Amino acid sequence: MSQYTTDFATIDEYDSGSITIISDDDKKHYVFSNMYEVAAKSAPYERVAVAKNFEYVIESTRAEGTSAWYSAAHDEFAVAMDHPVTVELVKLEDPDSVVDPESEGAHKLDGDPKGAKMGTIKLRLGHMALLPVGAAYRFKSDSPATLMIQTIEGPETLQKWAEFCQQ
Amino acid sequence: MAMKEDIGNSEISNPRGLPLSGGFTVDAADNVTGYKSFKAGNFSFRRDEYFAYVETPKGTHTMSIDAFLRALMRDVAWGFFYGTVNFDPVFGTINYYGEVEMFYGTLNEAYAREGRDYIERFKADELMDIFKNMISDWTIEGFDPFAAPRETGTPWGVKNGDNDEAVSRQRVTARRMVGVPGDTPLRTDENGFPVNVMFDDVEQDQPEVNAEPGFEHEVQAYNLFGYLSRSDVTWNPSVCSVVKDSLFCPTTEEYIPPVEHGNDRCEWFIQLSDQITWNIKDGERGRPKAVVHMKAGDVACMPADIRHQGFSPKRSMLLVWENGSPKIPDLIRDGKAPNYAVEF
Repeated sequence: MSQYTTDFATIDEYDSGSITIISDDDKKHYVFSNMYEVAAKSAPYERVAVAKNFEYVIESTRAEGTSAWYSAAHDEFAVAMDHPVTVELVKLEDPDSVVDPESEGAHKLDGDPKGAKMGTIKLRLGHMALLPVGAAYRFKSDSPATLMIQTIEGPETLQKWAEFCQQ
Repeated sequence: MAMKEDIGNSEISNPRGLPLSGGFTVDAADNVTGYKSFKAGNFSFRRDEYFAYVETPKGTHTMSIDAFLRALMRDVAWGFFYGTVNFDPVFGTINYYGEVEMFYGTLNEAYAREGRDYIERFKADELMDIFKNMISDWTIEGFDPFAAPRETGTPWGVKNGDNDEAVSRQRVTARRMVGVPGDTPLRTDENGFPVNVMFDDVEQDQPEVNAEPGFEHEVQAYNLFGYLSRSDVTWNPSVCSVVKDSLFCPTTEEYIPPVEHGNDRCEWFIQLSDQITWNIKDGERGRPKAVVHMKAGDVACMPADIRHQGFSPKRSMLLVWENGSPKIPDLIRDGKAPNYAVEF
């Protein structure tokens, strides 16, 4: 072991940085937040946008207990940002009947998906999982954890910037 | 390198209406220093034991060869990147994705105000050839312009060998996700990517993947933080996962990026570990605007009209998030999209 310690944060312990305006600027322009703080203050499996670039978003999600099933008409990716989270995947029998193939973002399914079990992925700190197009997925976590999801703005994406961004 | 391989066939913007310049030459090695000199249009480049000299019709700009080579390395590796690569407050390049402007003082308030600025436009592949020749000839044995200062030798002195292995590293551009069969492979000791000493406390375990028979190729995951801990370069965003034009480009950062990156679109930073402080300046003039101090978990947007430079006291993990759509710069220039990603 070396003398160095890598500093990661968690949903239980985080410390946000700061913005100092020098001239002719506004803190709001930086849309500055902390994803752990957002997850800590969210209800389980709320998908809160913490970054947005046109239609694309990064969501911070508080994983706790078992989520609903979701699916999207494109790939998504989830990163476990602190504590363990399990991903369950099902291959949808008829994906287009579940999610409009022209739609964007994650859609919450009514009930359980119809299709074959694809498998499970147990994520720990820093692990990234593919949430593949054509599949349904759900998350499980024994205790509150932070998930970062790369996706597109969809019906489940919450935008409440003024509640958590520095101003 | 964060650029997508295919940027489409859309028309190339030319907001200054500049003609394309030609005239690329590589001159013989100097009898004293042993280094070649280079010309692109009316720009000439030469180096000696300590400095790089950029000569233009409006004046000669001098930079430390250390800073110049580190900046040149990023411009080459990033394919001129998104927007502007300011080597320093005077010299740099602006990418129009197929064509590139090279400038002297154009984005410096004093130079521009006094008419001391100079700019030319080139085909990107032709200028890139000259830059690649330059980084190869001017980088000597033992110096790695991609490495943090504590990890490499120095660039000083007369010509002494080369380090082509370091300056021609293959860029990482995953098409779907790192580790997916057929895509960019994981980094391991065996394939030449040991864990960096500043990350030797980062867990190297892989996700527990239990795929049902027939679904092995779709049930995929990997240790992103472990992958980053094995990066052998600094300040080099590389595509690791892709949702259409949404590009996750994580990178490891240490010391100071050798350029001030000027945005042509909004760019997001997600601090995955440790801390970075960013100095923000006005993109067109270079006036200081803000200081953004980011800690683990912090998320911040770099607006489309700024330039930024970071300071990372310890090697840290930063997720650079880009929207790679080639349409965005023109939308912003034409006032059809804002400089800020979110209004609230």
